Parts: sequence; C-alpha cells; structure tokens
Amino acid sequence: MSDMNTFQQFLYYFSENGTYVFQQFLAHFLISVYGVLLAAIVGIPLGILIAKYSKLAGFIITIANIIQTIPALALLAILMLSMGLGKQTVIVAVFLYSLLPIIKNTYTGIKNINKNLIDSGKGMGMTRTQVLYMIELPLSLSVITAGIRIALVVAIGVTAIGAFIGAGGLGDIIIRGTNATNGTAIILAGAIPTALMAVFTDVILGIIERRLDPVKRHKKITTPTIQSLKD
Amino acid sequence: MLKMEHVSKIYKGGKKAVDDMNIEIERGEFVAFIGTSGSGKTTALRMINRMIEPTKGTITVDGQDLSKKNPVSLRRSIGYVIQQIGLMPHMTIRENITLVPRLLKWSKEKKDQTAEKLIELVNLPQNYLDLYPVQLSGGQQQRIGVLRALAANQDLILMDEPFGALDPITRDTLQDLIKDLQQRLGKTVIFVTHDMDEAIKLADRICIMHNGKVIQFDTPDNILSHPANDFVREFIGSHRLIQEKPSAKIVDDVMITPVTISLEKSIDDAIRTMVKKRVDTLFVVDGQNHLKGLIDVEGLTAARHKTNSVSDAMEKEIFYVKNGTKLQDSVRRILKRNLKNIPVVDDEHRLLGLVTRANIVDIVYDTIWGDEDESQSNQQQEQ
Repeated sequence: MSDMNTFQQFLYYFSENGTYVFQQFLAHFLISVYGVLLAAIVGIPLGILIAKYSKLAGFIITIANIIQTIPALALLAILMLSMGLGKQTVIVAVFLYSLLPIIKNTYTGIKNINKNLIDSGKGMGMTRTQVLYMIELPLSLSVITAGIRIALVVAIGVTAIGAFIGAGGLGDIIIRGTNATNGTAIILAGAIPTALMAVFTDVILGIIERRLDPVKRHKKITTPTIQSLKD
Repeated sequence: MLKMEHVSKIYKGGKKAVDDMNIEIERGEFVAFIGTSGSGKTTALRMINRMIEPTKGTITVDGQDLSKKNPVSLRRSIGYVIQQIGLMPHMTIRENITLVPRLLKWSKEKKDQTAEKLIELVNLPQNYLDLYPVQLSGGQQQRIGVLRALAANQDLILMDEPFGALDPITRDTLQDLIKDLQQRLGKTVIFVTHDMDEAIKLADRICIMHNGKVIQFDTPDNILSHPANDFVREFIGSHRLIQEKPSAKIVDDVMITPVTISLEKSIDDAIRTMVKKRVDTLFVVDGQNHLKGLIDVEGLTAARHKTNSVSDAMEKEIFYVKNGTKLQDSVRRILKRNLKNIPVVDDEHRLLGLVTRANIVDIVYDTIWGDEDESQSNQQQEQ
C-alpha cells in the first residue's frame, strides 16, 4: 500500500470498505437529522411563543445563545458525564446546538411579517389561531426553513466530533485515520463525504427555502403572464 | 343604521383620541370622516369593527349594541379596506377575494361563483383570479382589496384611506368605481380620508373631526356654503369656497348635443358624417341611444385599412360623467385626463349631451367678463 500515492490509496480504501463508509454516512446523517428534528419540534413552537409574548424573547434567546457558545467538545464531555457514551448523547448535543438558529429564525420570521397583513386579517374576522395558520406560518415558512438549514449544516459538523464518545458516523473513520501511520487517505475517506453531506444539505434546503418564499416564488411567473395578457 | 352615542376613546395617560362622538348614519349612505392626522378619524372608524374598543359610550348597528357581539363574527359581517391594501402575498387573487367566505365556511362552488361575479364588477379579466398579488399593479391590487370587502355581502364597509397610496389618475378611476359600486349595490360606506376633494366628490355627508371632536357633520354643499367655524373654513380651503359660488351649475346647463353615429354604420359613413357636421369626434350609440364608444379622426385613419365597421374601429374605454354632476367636477376631470371633451350620460348609460373645452371657455368668459360688463354699466348709471 505504501507504493501508492494518497489519491490511489483513497480510491483503494473506498473499493475495499465502500459498504462500511456508506453505513457510517447513513448513521452520521441520521444522528444529525434526529437532533435537528427534535430541536424543530421544540424550537418552532417556542419561537412562535416568544414572538407573541415579547417579554419572554430576551430571556429565551439569551439561554439559546449561551448554549451556542459552549465548544462542541466540551458540551459533549459534559453531556457524557450524565448520559454516558453513545448515539443518544450526540443527538442531545445536536439538539441543543440547533435550538438557537431555529428559535431565532422562527421569531424573526413571524416578527417581520408586515403588520398590515395581520391587521387586515384580523379586520376581516380571523381568530388568533386563524391568523397564525393562514398568515403568520405560511409567510414565515421560508425563514424557518433557513433556520433549519443552518442548524443541519452545524449538526453535521457536531456529529463528526461525536465519534469521540462512540456514536459512530463518519467521524469514526477520521479518528481511525489519525491513529494509523500514514493515514491521510483514511482521514480523507471520512472527511470528504462529511463535507459533501454538508454542502448538499445546504443546497437542497436552500432550494426548498426559495420555493417556500411567497414573493420570490411568483416573481418568475410574473413576466410571461403579464406579457400574454397584453397580447 | 349605525349610531354612535357619547363614544370616547381615552388612552393611558389621558390622551383623548376620540371625545364624545355622536353621529347617526343612514342605510345606503356614503359618509367620509375627514380631519388632519391625529384628529381621531381612524380611531373612530376602527371602533366600529372593534379593532379598537371604545372607552366610553355605545355603538349600535340596527339597534344592536356592538359591545355585546362577538368581535370575530362582527368583523366578518363588516367589510374592511385599508390604505396598505393588505392582500395576502401567498394566496391567489381568487383566494384573497374569498377570504371572508372561507372563514364563514362557504362551499367551493359558491366561493368560485362569488369570485367570478365580483371580478367583473371592477373590469378585470377572469384569468387574473389565478394570479398572485405581486403580479398586479397597485391600482389593480386595491380593486381586489375593495372586492374582498364585498365578498360576503357585507352591508357596511369601512375604508381607511383606501386610495392614499395611489397615483392621482388611478385614484380618480377607483373613486368613480367605488362610488358606482356603492350606489349600485346599495352599501353603506364609511370612508376615512384627509383629502377634501375626495370627500366632496364621494361623500353624501362629511364628518369633519379635529382633536377627537366632531366639528361639523353635514352634506358637502352645506359644509361649503355654511362652514361651522374658522377651523372648517380653513380646512376646506378658500379656493373651494370661492369656486362653489358661481359654478353651482351642473353639466346639464351647459352641455351641447353631440354628433352621434349608430353602431352598425360603416367607416365611410362615419367620415361623411364628420365632414358634413364639421366635427372630429363621433359618439357611437346603439338603437336605444346607449353610449357604446367614440370614434375620432386619428382612430379612423388607423383603423381604415383593417376594418370597415364603426363597431370594430371605435374606442371602447371612454370617460364620461353622469347628468347632474357639478360642472367643476367635470372640468377637473377634463383637465386632469387631458381630454378634449366629455360625454354626459344618464343612469342607464344613455347619451344625453357633451361638454367640450369650448363650453368651458364660454363659462369662464361669462364669469369673468360677464360680471364686469354689469359693474361697468352700474358705474355708468351712477354717473
């Protein structure tokens, strides 16, 4: 193996351990998604709540901010003391890191909705729940998605470190590479899929985000329709 | 229909936005609340659909106390149009128009029918129903805003400076439209504005407010001829008070008989008529003298090669005034739109007459030189 260059070694590692890399890739992705999903379940209602009761907003966002400042390795270590080794500890860490972007985006998304829309909705006889479901949520959906997008990209990075406490995932392959002599190719075999996962998640959620934006979504259709009307 | 008795709104800190307001509005009336900013006109309006709760006093509609009604169902029964239009950007025009019916849980067919029927009222094509608000111009959006307030057959419609953000020409068109709709559908409209011209043009009665108090609540004519105090006089503006006196004339007094041509005639006939009568514009009418359009020299030259019938060549979108309109309003319209002349029609859209720029010159001549002749002759008599 030592007579091959790094790139050849990298390809060789893949051809020999393809299934293993794929399994770790999937495990890595799922840990990130579970954490973000949990954070969304908690964070979105919390964001809506603090948008309605502004007095709570400062307090909740400060707490989420403080969690965000703790270094990933330290947070994992602290959680490990109470929860032990394994996947669930990393999921909790991802959950905590995802709270801030999700809460903050939900809050700004709802706060930034044009007050006149809420006013005309209320003036036409919408109840508070109807204002939420018919105006506020549909209009802030793209901003909320942007929060989930940021959270998921961060989560993929945090999960990579999670390998230190035995959660598996692509971080496992990276650690294996750092422990081996001349392990560059193995490190790359773990790092490149991690990076690609983050990039693709970002791009795909970016597309979804634009699709959900009520203004941008219809801008594209505008020009041809208006022209055809003039004809 | 609507009665406000001793209604006050006092904010924390003792600021009185509305102070002991007492008015009564009849069914089918068009009432304008007018005043400077901070006069309490918008607060007064928003208390009617309970977007703001009055501190004191009672508001009744058809004898029912509004404070005892559920605010949500009350608002569904009152149309509401705001200056910022407030169309939902994520809903199609159809969904926007039928938003209140949706809240009232109407069936889909009934909602579709309503949307299709309503969009015809404001002269927009049916395929606009599937567009989104961003794809429409500001004026078109506010037309939809008005329709939204009519969709659930609301009898009472509140408008908070609905045309404030529009350019003058669009505003003029929409004013005509809303006045026409109000009369045709028999709605009661309460309208907040700070534009005196708009109030005089549209309202049956004007409620002038200042510092939360009603200063004068009367018809435009009475307000112009008998302003209650100096504030009202200043608010109306001296030019309007002067204008009002000599030109109490209506269009019927000055209009001339227009040259018409019937719908089925050919373009050759039209040219012959023009030459014979020495005019450059012909008004196209049907058998019952209903105004259908107009045809002028420019239009004829352009259309001559394409068609030979008057009905194809005529201009269908034309401006007109109803008989009984004050002369000064039609003059304003001729000048604003840069028209050569303006036809006068009756309620059934039958052509009655024509006011031209030459007519107006005659009137100006009469008012300026006519008076002077009299005064000169008076002086001579004294000598």
